[in-house]
Amino acid sequence: MIRSLPNPRWYKSGYSIFVACFFIFLFAPLLVTCVLAFNNSNFPSLPWYGATLDWFFANTPDRVGIFHDANNLRSIMTSIQTAFFVSILSVTVGTCAAFLFEQEDFRFKQQLYFIMLAPLVIPGVILGISLLLASNTAGMYFEDSFGLDVPLFRPGFWLVVVGQFSFITTFVTLLISARLKKFDRTLEEAALNLGATRFEVIWHITLRFLRPAIVSGLAVSFLMSFENFNTTLFLVGSEPTLPINLYLQVRDGSTPVINAISLLLMLGTSVFIAINLLASKKSAES
Amino acid sequence: MTAFTKKKSLLFWLFLAPVIGWLGLLIIIPHIDLLIMSLKAENDMGDLVWSTANYMEFFREPIYWVTFVRTALYSVITTVVTLMISFPIAFYIAKVASNKLRGAYVILLLLPFWVSELVRVYGWMILLRESGVLNFFLLKLGIITTPIEMLYNDATMIMGLVYSSMLFMVVPLISVMESLDDSLVEASFDLGGGVISTTWNIIIPHAKPGITSGCIVVFMLSLGNYLTPNLMGGKNSLWFTEQIYNQFIASFNWNQGAAFGFLLLLLSSLIIWFGLKVTKQTLGKVVA
Repeated sequence: MIRSLPNPRWYKSGYSIFVACFFIFLFAPLLVTCVLAFNNSNFPSLPWYGATLDWFFANTPDRVGIFHDANNLRSIMTSIQTAFFVSILSVTVGTCAAFLFEQEDFRFKQQLYFIMLAPLVIPGVILGISLLLASNTAGMYFEDSFGLDVPLFRPGFWLVVVGQFSFITTFVTLLISARLKKFDRTLEEAALNLGATRFEVIWHITLRFLRPAIVSGLAVSFLMSFENFNTTLFLVGSEPTLPINLYLQVRDGSTPVINAISLLLMLGTSVFIAINLLASKKSAES
Repeated sequence: MTAFTKKKSLLFWLFLAPVIGWLGLLIIIPHIDLLIMSLKAENDMGDLVWSTANYMEFFREPIYWVTFVRTALYSVITTVVTLMISFPIAFYIAKVASNKLRGAYVILLLLPFWVSELVRVYGWMILLRESGVLNFFLLKLGIITTPIEMLYNDATMIMGLVYSSMLFMVVPLISVMESLDDSLVEASFDLGGGVISTTWNIIIPHAKPGITSGCIVVFMLSLGNYLTPNLMGGKNSLWFTEQIYNQFIASFNWNQGAAFGFLLLLLSSLIIWFGLKVTKQTLGKVVA
């Protein structure tokens, strides 16, 4: 049944077939999407009319490739900007939260920790509508009492950033906390004994130790933000992020340009993850 | 009181302030606002007043509560199917596959889930629809004579939901099975146990924490999923998140939408709480 036990042949081969089917199930839709990005046809379907790169580079009246598709390129830029701000913000606050929950003791710590975990079990759609309602309420309040029109409270770029930040920070906090748990606090004490202040200790010792977790926190939050749909759906204004923009296109029919974008997304994510894996391996060795 | 009266360092407040800001402004207040908004409705004069009308409407219109029950039921089915597929896969990766291949399997498993959910659903759409790739091959092979529409039915929708949330079941199961001592399985076989009795008496009891956390996450993700039911279930997918979306974006009835949202939040919290109670675990242990 396990590696160390002799397994009957039917068990081994049956199991391998099951696992193979599982991986086919896992990759079939992605593979089909990638292959059809190169089909020389106006619809993402078979039969195969030969290979073409039109859906990437063409700029003719009836075929516009992704690199000339202003609408999709703009939404990619919006997504990158959103993900940039979300990752910076959530790693900053997530690091504070990790220090708070791992190294400090205070009243209501358990309760606060419980609330910190809540975004993991709140459906993204609910988080989206709650933030939409609250920002609307806040916007109306500011307008009525101060006559101020605060753009942050209207659906749009910054509200999307805030919405994604609100739950991604939880994941980052857990990631950084996991590393902080392994930190040997006698190192801090040694530095304090040698005359360092607590700020210096954190800056020179603890944060250095946390660096691999901070880097992967940045990567994870960037990716999570880039692919988020549920929360973003309710907070988006006139600048849709890529998943929202793709959704609007898929809903009304599809062109192979979507396949081309999907392919680029898969390539981009793979490269991103590979770099992150290499970086974390390197820092683990040093 | 000791911890509280002790003078806190500046650093403590520096850590606390952003965390309070985050959780207070973005988690606690918005959800209180959700509850308040759900309890307000327009009266005959067109003013917003306290009222339970939004909740009454939910129970009065069968389409709303039927969709609600349907969403809950299908999420449970999705969770069970996901568990049944993921369990043997996780066991294979953790215990059967050679040590060399194990890392490769895990990376292969993670890859599709780093791609946007939309791309994955889109892949299934071009695979399964009437003019899709699967129909093309079935026609070519002469298995069918007219194309079948494989999208837009409940079975496909559940398959899509299983696919979208698979990873969140497999990963906790792998990590819990890796901690299972091989000698326990060996001992069970020495004592005459077979595959089934060993699975039932040794592996499942050991894997319980992983099963619980996997089930909770998969259930919550299915319940709150919008993309997969909307694109793969089509017009008759009747998923509750779509009702919420319609109230907010199409009808612009935010108070009604808030009530629906709060009901969905209540349902997911209740089921998670129930799951934790039955398996005697705490949220902190399960998710972290």
